[in-house]
Amino acid sequence: MTRAAPKVVVLDYGSGNLRSALRAVQRAGADAVVTSDRGPALRADGLVVPGVGAFAACASALRAAGGDEVIARRLAAGAPVLGICVGMQVLFAEGRERGARARGCRVWPGVVDRLNAPVLPHMGWNTVRPPAGSRLFAGIGPGERFYFVHSYAVRSWERAGRPAGAVGAGAAPLLTWAIHGEPFVAAVEDGPACATQFHPEKSGDAGAALLANWLELIR
Amino acid sequence: MSGPATRRSGPPGTPEAPPAGRDGPPAACSAPGVAVRVIPCLDVDAGRVVKGVNFQGLRDAGDPVELARGYDAQGADELAFLDVTASSQGRATMLDVLARTADQVFIPLTAGGGVRGVGDVDALLRAGADKVALNTAAIARPELLAEVADRFGAQCVVVSVDARRVRPEDAGRAACPSGFEVTTHGGRRGTGVDAVAWAARAAGLGAGEILLNSMDADGTKAGYDLPLIRAVRAAVRVPVIASGGAGGPGDFAAAVRAGADAVLAASLFHFGELRIADVKEALRAAGLPVRLTGEGGS
Repeated sequence: MTRAAPKVVVLDYGSGNLRSALRAVQRAGADAVVTSDRGPALRADGLVVPGVGAFAACASALRAAGGDEVIARRLAAGAPVLGICVGMQVLFAEGRERGARARGCRVWPGVVDRLNAPVLPHMGWNTVRPPAGSRLFAGIGPGERFYFVHSYAVRSWERAGRPAGAVGAGAAPLLTWAIHGEPFVAAVEDGPACATQFHPEKSGDAGAALLANWLELIR
Repeated sequence: MSGPATRRSGPPGTPEAPPAGRDGPPAACSAPGVAVRVIPCLDVDAGRVVKGVNFQGLRDAGDPVELARGYDAQGADELAFLDVTASSQGRATMLDVLARTADQVFIPLTAGGGVRGVGDVDALLRAGADKVALNTAAIARPELLAEVADRFGAQCVVVSVDARRVRPEDAGRAACPSGFEVTTHGGRRGTGVDAVAWAARAAGLGAGEILLNSMDADGTKAGYDLPLIRAVRAAVRVPVIASGGAGGPGDFAAAVRAGADAVLAASLFHFGELRIADVKEALRAAGLPVRLTGEGGS
């Protein structure tokens, strides 16, 4: 007997390559739709938050669509969320771009800032270093590469000062790091809140394996 | 930086010793750092992949979606689709090709050819492109690059620069200190715009990547235009894709050493003269980081 495919909503708030995200989670085994409707986004087994472009533009578009509230309500209820690229970045407290500061969803403390690297954007396939016990990267070999395209990243993790009511308070989030010019956070696993700075939906078989792992987590 | 240092932590290990220093990927996995991307380019005309020498004398190379799937299976790191007809019908065909490819191929897709404005970019991105290459329209109106970058993000803006050496007879007309001039119409028409200065200006306006086509080297199989790559690399901080002139496995590492972050080729791959895996093996043997996949790896 086969298990029912997990229901996934790819959140449409006007940002990201929605088609690719949708197809990739479908390929990994999800019963997935793209929608901006709050009802399905709240009820789904998993919510994918994509995002490309500038932090400030994504964060304000997400708020305008009520996505920040959907994310907060889901996480408060222990319902899984997966942020991808800028969809990961907006889960942090703040983004800084050209001297301007923009407010994020504050799921995690910390600042998204410009990478110090000779060539930006960080564009292409890079290796990552998942921590022991990672479930997102389970079964994925250490030499596998994932596709990144970004100039900004979380360059240090703030351990203390989690916002009140933040999910998973107490349990240490699992952090995966990568290096481009300097180390930065490539993925976070924190209870129901997961995120990747790279694009699993554009990372070939390695990305498909990661998405399949996430679908296992949300069943 | 914000907050007291004591509240912040770097990755495992000391901040001075990045994670790769502790127990990096196995040596067989190639050198550390972002991999050199190997990008097959599919020039699409009326729904078929074509490729000519010096952009002329088109020759049929097959169905674009089938070729795209094959290159993905071979380990291509990214695919470029170029609409060489740039007619309204050509654009409709390109959207269909992109959509069908994006449904089956989960690597980055770049689309270009005849992109005139924000609306064209929007349509290509919606069809499944991750990046859009702008060329002639951006030369005519550079602000277009900023408009597209503001709306969709610099990460999806590629400026395609068709460069050639200034010809002696044009030296008076073209004020090009670098010695390289931007061309249009597949390299047939000079613009008098310095190619290196244009690449730098385009990056400043918001282009996230330079697709650098040498019109002198294109189709010659004599190797990439290394002086052109060096000149552009020195002028921009964004990634540079070398294009034009690849003929053998050794040409790719030379382009990377000259400053390219990615290498692009078309007919060499389409007609089976070289496989993606051959290129990656040559890069790896030269000590450069590559992405190894099931079929293309080990």
